[in-house]
Amino acid sequence: MAKIVVITSGKGGVGKTTTSAAFATGLAQAGFKTVVIDFDVGLRNLDLVMGCERRVVYDFVNVINGEAKLNQALIKDKRVNGLAVLPASQTRDKDALNKEGVRKVLDELAESFDYIVCDSPAGIEVGAQMAMYFADAAIVVTNPEVSSVRDSDRMLGILASKSRRAENNEDPIEEHLLLTRYSAARVDKGEMLSVDDVLDILNIDLLGVIPESQAVLNASNSGTPVILDEDSDAGQAYHDMVARFLGEEREHRFLTTEKKGLLRRLFGS
Amino acid sequence: MSFLDYFRSSRKPSAAIAKERLQIVVAHERARRNAPDYLPLLQQDILAAIRKYVPIDDDCVSLQVDRDGDMEVLELNVTLGEQVRVARN
Repeated sequence: MAKIVVITSGKGGVGKTTTSAAFATGLAQAGFKTVVIDFDVGLRNLDLVMGCERRVVYDFVNVINGEAKLNQALIKDKRVNGLAVLPASQTRDKDALNKEGVRKVLDELAESFDYIVCDSPAGIEVGAQMAMYFADAAIVVTNPEVSSVRDSDRMLGILASKSRRAENNEDPIEEHLLLTRYSAARVDKGEMLSVDDVLDILNIDLLGVIPESQAVLNASNSGTPVILDEDSDAGQAYHDMVARFLGEEREHRFLTTEKKGLLRRLFGS
Repeated sequence: MSFLDYFRSSRKPSAAIAKERLQIVVAHERARRNAPDYLPLLQQDILAAIRKYVPIDDDCVSLQVDRDGDMEVLELNVTLGEQVRVARN
């Protein structure tokens, strides 16, 4: 049985696609056959972040409509074994995704993959609803910032009421929080919500904290999931997060700034 | 925060303000999200019933369902403002 994981947030620009790419790559590195699906129909971007934009021939909607076989649309990653991408369609048809079509594709993928990672679009429209409807677990990507936290809370409400699991009275979707773009220095100055602040409000399991990092932009510039940049802080934080998802206990890192000297502590900022 | 900052200003850090505002808005939205569907209709009925006797504004009646363990409490708040007293005179 494949496990379906949705990467969601409500708010846009918080790092869903970066996280989907890194998380799926990490699962595949850990030896699990993993496929990552772009649900952002009309605004395809996962292919760019994964660096496979020039290999897209068929897409998710082509498969749903029976215009292509699943195997024709899946793009096998050239760096990591057992990793595949199913790109989104660029169609402007808002109703391109439907529950029945999505279910069929997920069922077929479940036969050959261990994990199905769904990269949700922003918002709470059809695309986002389709991405979360079949999920077994959800990773809610949140920035330490008021609008993102509020939208995440809204999303948690939707996950609890409008999913297949909720409608069939099964166990609820596992909920995990991933805090991204975290700046320990700004938290120290009282300018940014801390991990504990966000946990106080959202009250769900903390899967990881990804520090604000130049490595993330560098990675997307070159189409390499940031988790493959093993020397970077963000890359290591994503490795930790994948390990925790797979059940390993790891201490959270990158939550504090380096110790300052006495003089700087007294007079500097 | 550095030592000198304590003298510079006594303003609250913006993160603390953010947390307070979030706690309030999130609590409010959760209450509304978990509210039963019949609440708005019930509110209209109660308004109509009260209006048979005293004139009141729409926002003078507030209804809320609180859950405490297995118990559900329907909380009804009716405020009779200035206009009521005037009407009686």
